[in-house]
Amino acid sequence: MTATAKAASAPPIAEAEPAAKAEASAKPNIGARVLCQALEREGVEVIFGYPGGAVIPLYDVLPEFGINHVLVRHEQGAGHAADGYARATGRVGVCLATSGPGATNLVTPIATAMLDSIPLVAITGQVPQAVIGSDAFQEIDITGITLPITKHNFLVRRVEDIGPTVQKAFHLASTGRPGPVLIDIPKDVLLAKGELAPLRPIELAGYKPTYTPHRRQIKLAAQELRNARRPVILAGHGIILSGAMDALRELAERAQIPVGLTLLGIGGFPQAHRLCLGMVGMHGFAHANRAIHEADFVLGVGMRFDDRVTGKLSEFAPNARIVHIDIDPAELGKNVPTVVPIVGDARQGLQMLAAEIEPLEHDEWLAEIDEWRRVPPYRLSRPSRTLQPQYVMERLHHLTAGNAIVTTDVGQHQMWAAQFYRCDTPRNWISSGGLGTMGFGVPAALGAALGRPGEDVWAVVGDGGVQMTLFEFATIVQQRCRVKTAIINNGYLGMVRQWQQFFHDSNYSETLISGPDFVMLGTAYGMASRRVERREEVDEAIRWAQAIDGPALIEFVVGQEENVFPMIPSGASFKDLIEEGV
Amino acid sequence: MPTRSHTLVVQVEDHPGVLNRVMSLFRQRGFNVDSVAVGHAEAPGISRMTFVISGDDKIVEQVTKQLYKLLEVIKVNDVTGENTIQRELALIKVNANDRTRADIMRIATDIFRARFVDASPDSLTLEVTGPSDKIESLLTMIRPYGIKEVARTGLVAMTRGGGTGTLSIVRDAVA
Repeated sequence: MTATAKAASAPPIAEAEPAAKAEASAKPNIGARVLCQALEREGVEVIFGYPGGAVIPLYDVLPEFGINHVLVRHEQGAGHAADGYARATGRVGVCLATSGPGATNLVTPIATAMLDSIPLVAITGQVPQAVIGSDAFQEIDITGITLPITKHNFLVRRVEDIGPTVQKAFHLASTGRPGPVLIDIPKDVLLAKGELAPLRPIELAGYKPTYTPHRRQIKLAAQELRNARRPVILAGHGIILSGAMDALRELAERAQIPVGLTLLGIGGFPQAHRLCLGMVGMHGFAHANRAIHEADFVLGVGMRFDDRVTGKLSEFAPNARIVHIDIDPAELGKNVPTVVPIVGDARQGLQMLAAEIEPLEHDEWLAEIDEWRRVPPYRLSRPSRTLQPQYVMERLHHLTAGNAIVTTDVGQHQMWAAQFYRCDTPRNWISSGGLGTMGFGVPAALGAALGRPGEDVWAVVGDGGVQMTLFEFATIVQQRCRVKTAIINNGYLGMVRQWQQFFHDSNYSETLISGPDFVMLGTAYGMASRRVERREEVDEAIRWAQAIDGPALIEFVVGQEENVFPMIPSGASFKDLIEEGV
Repeated sequence: MPTRSHTLVVQVEDHPGVLNRVMSLFRQRGFNVDSVAVGHAEAPGISRMTFVISGDDKIVEQVTKQLYKLLEVIKVNDVTGENTIQRELALIKVNANDRTRADIMRIATDIFRARFVDASPDSLTLEVTGPSDKIESLLTMIRPYGIKEVARTGLVAMTRGGGTGTLSIVRDAVA
């Protein structure tokens, strides 16, 4: 039915109004429109989605609105793209799927967003309420399934609840410790007549995040810092989420404290800064982990002392008194005992602490760290007959001047990218940290590219992970995104192979993995694609991809058994650090 | 840290699925729940859940913090060791015949102040109220006669004295 036909059957009242308005008001307002209106009201510009039976009413009205719907090729792609969009822009990412399999395909992206505290709103269609509970076609209890992997979720039962629910969902997703929120809407609610309820102040009795830390705790923290001779700051994702980069730098410089970054803290502090230790943890720099090991004071801020950061808890920072700032009170004291727990926003906490503390000097300590730093962490110059992935990352950093957005999958290439693409800019480093989701990189790049059009996005992925979500190449090509995919192809599920080599007598069980001809594959999808096998070709290939106004793909064929160093084995401590060449 | 039994009184908004959220949290994080009792609280729209969980103080602190992260949870009170009234109700069906009936009745009524709510030629059903350990003791005493069925409500708890300890926030929330 055309819009004209709908207007013809409109109630008489429409005739009195101006033509344009008449057409809109002629259509009976239904839940699907109310939902779109509510999303527009939240400032949603892009939705990543995939249609299906339960959401047909929504797709029926979506073209009436100024929301760009990006049709993905799999709902998992929609979820990760919305996540990548959120990480790249700081706005709430929105994805949409139908009931049943559409909804379950969002589970991995929702969990990814949960573990990394990403503001995501996932909207799913549901079967009509009359048949809920009857195992109807494409019925699944998605609110039940996503209970432990959402910050909160809603099943909307009445059309008048759509507006307030959307308002609450965006509020919950983006405030406090951000996270994913799911809204499940039965088809009959989308079809029911109704109007958008006006915005009302949100009243959630059980949700009052604390942003401003308690002054007494800040004073205690300042005193701990004053007493310290060997302080270290451990900065996490919270720095980026709260926009605390300036506050972190202010405190670090004022009190002369070296700063270590967690995987997701990368971008929160300039890596070339004298005080920057770089990444810490399992594959962090040796000097950074050593600094924590020798520290007498650790300030963890916007991070959660995850096991990939701490290693063996009982031997983590054995000499340090730990002060911890986090907006989520449940993180304080969860993994490590703290002398001063501080509930609050990372930015405010750092600002208050900087204001409380007088300028300090730690020359001796910094000189000591610089001495450890003098040992180059990796010998890139070592002769190799094969292309070294570390070299590719280093060149990528150089040729993009570190200004590109980089997304990754999970595994060796992710660690090489973290170590050698020395990202300095918040929201330019996009990687699945907590859940460790293979297949994240390509769809996340799609989302980042749509959030920041005109900027180059490099999807750095392995030959294993890319095969999990490469269907989104079609979306990337369709959207003409400036996504440059760098496949680091070593023919193995490299990180697992590395563990097998170190801890399972090189029993490479099921980690040798084949793939398609990636150049032909990229070409088939309509992407400029090429293969690089020699060191001398790397720069030229990267420049070639940069010059293309649209997507491009480079397959870097690298050494098969290249390892990520240094490495602290799982559940071990700094003392067990493996430097290189086992 | 020593493991002991903790009684948590949790005030939640009375929405569908709230108990599911709370229990899912306990299950997901591996917290052990010994008993749970749920009912309406004094304010409309508020439910009161009483959990008995076992764990060391650190686990209980983590349970409390995680509970607060649930949107519908308004107030969590650990009333362990406080001056609290703790009560549980149990219905117990026990084998009884002409030879044992009098003994069972004497134990149950004289010592435990239980009431008899049903009888049949081969059984007695009694109702007993009290702290959980009292119910345990009664069960121990009558177990030799052969317990056929036990139904327990789970523990509920309230602090002694005039203060409510839990309510001001709840009232604010509802007002």
